[in-house]
Amino acid sequence: MKTIYLDNAATTQVYPEVVEAMMPFFTEHYGNPSSIYSFAGEAGKAVDKSRETIASVIGADPSEIYFTGGGSESDNWALKATAEAYSGKGKHIITSKIEHHAVLHTCEWLEKQGFEVTYLDVDENGVVSPDALKAAIRPDTILVSIMMANNEIGTIEPIAELGKVAHEAGVLFHTDAVQAFCHIPINVDEMNIDMLSASGHKHNGPKGIGIMYIRKGVKIRSFIHGGAQERNRRAGTHNVPGIVGMGKAAELAVSDMERRIKYETELRDHLIERVLAEIPYSRLNGHRTDRLPNNANFCFRFIEGESMLILLDQNGICASSGSACTSGSLDPSHVLLAIGLPHEIAHGSLRLTLSEKTTMEDIDFTVDKLVGIIERLRGMSPLYADFTASNKK
Amino acid sequence: MYSEKVMDHFNNPRNVGEIENASGVGTVGNAKCGDIMRMYLDIDENQIIRDCKFKTFGCGAAVATSSMATELVKGKTIYEALKITNKAVMEALDGLPPVKVHCSLLAEEAIHAALWDYAEKHNIKIEGLEKPVNDISEKEEAPEEEY
Repeated sequence: MKTIYLDNAATTQVYPEVVEAMMPFFTEHYGNPSSIYSFAGEAGKAVDKSRETIASVIGADPSEIYFTGGGSESDNWALKATAEAYSGKGKHIITSKIEHHAVLHTCEWLEKQGFEVTYLDVDENGVVSPDALKAAIRPDTILVSIMMANNEIGTIEPIAELGKVAHEAGVLFHTDAVQAFCHIPINVDEMNIDMLSASGHKHNGPKGIGIMYIRKGVKIRSFIHGGAQERNRRAGTHNVPGIVGMGKAAELAVSDMERRIKYETELRDHLIERVLAEIPYSRLNGHRTDRLPNNANFCFRFIEGESMLILLDQNGICASSGSACTSGSLDPSHVLLAIGLPHEIAHGSLRLTLSEKTTMEDIDFTVDKLVGIIERLRGMSPLYADFTASNKK
Repeated sequence: MYSEKVMDHFNNPRNVGEIENASGVGTVGNAKCGDIMRMYLDIDENQIIRDCKFKTFGCGAAVATSSMATELVKGKTIYEALKITNKAVMEALDGLPPVKVHCSLLAEEAIHAALWDYAEKHNIKIEGLEKPVNDISEKEEAPEEEY
């Protein structure tokens, strides 16, 4: 059975070119870039080159890019270290209700450490309002952290405006760009970003590598203590193959971004149009147009997400859901609740995230299967039975 | 993560459907938490369960436990059915992942809720039967939310 991988927001395939670029740094140029001898020079040069590539992707200076162990580490670092460094100015942080848990749980931890956090509401499309941010900023606000694009519903936030609001109030602005980096154009100056988190494995690079962009002049404490790597700010021997892989993946992504965005958007829109037209009582979650080119997220009433995922899996289709059963708790996705969906509808959510390797045939096959799966699950749903009975009345 | 038996009962659920003029119908669960089970019992004059059907909104384990519960109660007397525990349902399915144990509890409660309805309708008392905590059979339907 053919595998149709539609969970690219979870992780992506590492491209063969990326693996090829990484390989010599396991077996040949395995030196530690911090060493003095020339043997380690190749590794050092490769780290520098990757840093330059990644800096150019977001319009930053290479000296502003710090390699980390991934997106979650970058988010933790941005929040915890900024909180500590600026606690003399104030102890108030602003974020949104739809952030990734790497931000939300870090904020909850900071609350326990005596910081105060405002969690901004979002509208029905998942958009954070710049006016609401403006109203929430106080004299003791030290940091605003709003994601660039949501990992579940794909909505792209008005980062440039939000960053402007923060800057006008003299507050630092961090964005979790894990889903956006290498998927949509980013410029840290034009978008008023002071700190940005990104991860390698969301754009066909390896897992276990990420970056944090920190604008020159931002006071930030070290988070991982140890050696003098990363300008004394992030200790730990460089993950050279990972760094090289992330750089190569970024290079490939950016060289072809325009075409890929156009291609994925076309597939995504076809998927959205077919699902909404062919499956009754379905809705699209997230903004219709201001969304990641590869993201579609739906809710189907009267059914539960996990059942849907198992049946899709039996047809070779990999997808994800925001139902409670898939989150290991009793509550469905906090993002779906934040956009105002009632619990029972949020349980029936499905996220399909495409890649440039996805084909129109894959999409059509998936929708064809989905139509039958939803029908089958509704056939055994007491909620659907009640609904049709009350309609007959 | 699921046993072969669970997958079998999820893929080929036994006794899905409704029974018209059932002797007892019970609905348990909570749509907020993502599980609702409704069980229909057809009970003869000797208090033997002739037929049993179910409808379930929920995850793979919820469907499989409902299906297994219907299999277990069929042909039993109401007192035998009352003794079917969530453990028995789990064992019959070769186990459930720890986070899914609540689904088997719900299956046990669905049987109890249907028996409760039967007892009320027929004005009898079933010794040892208590109304399940998650019984939502009599609740008014939640108003349709704008969607």
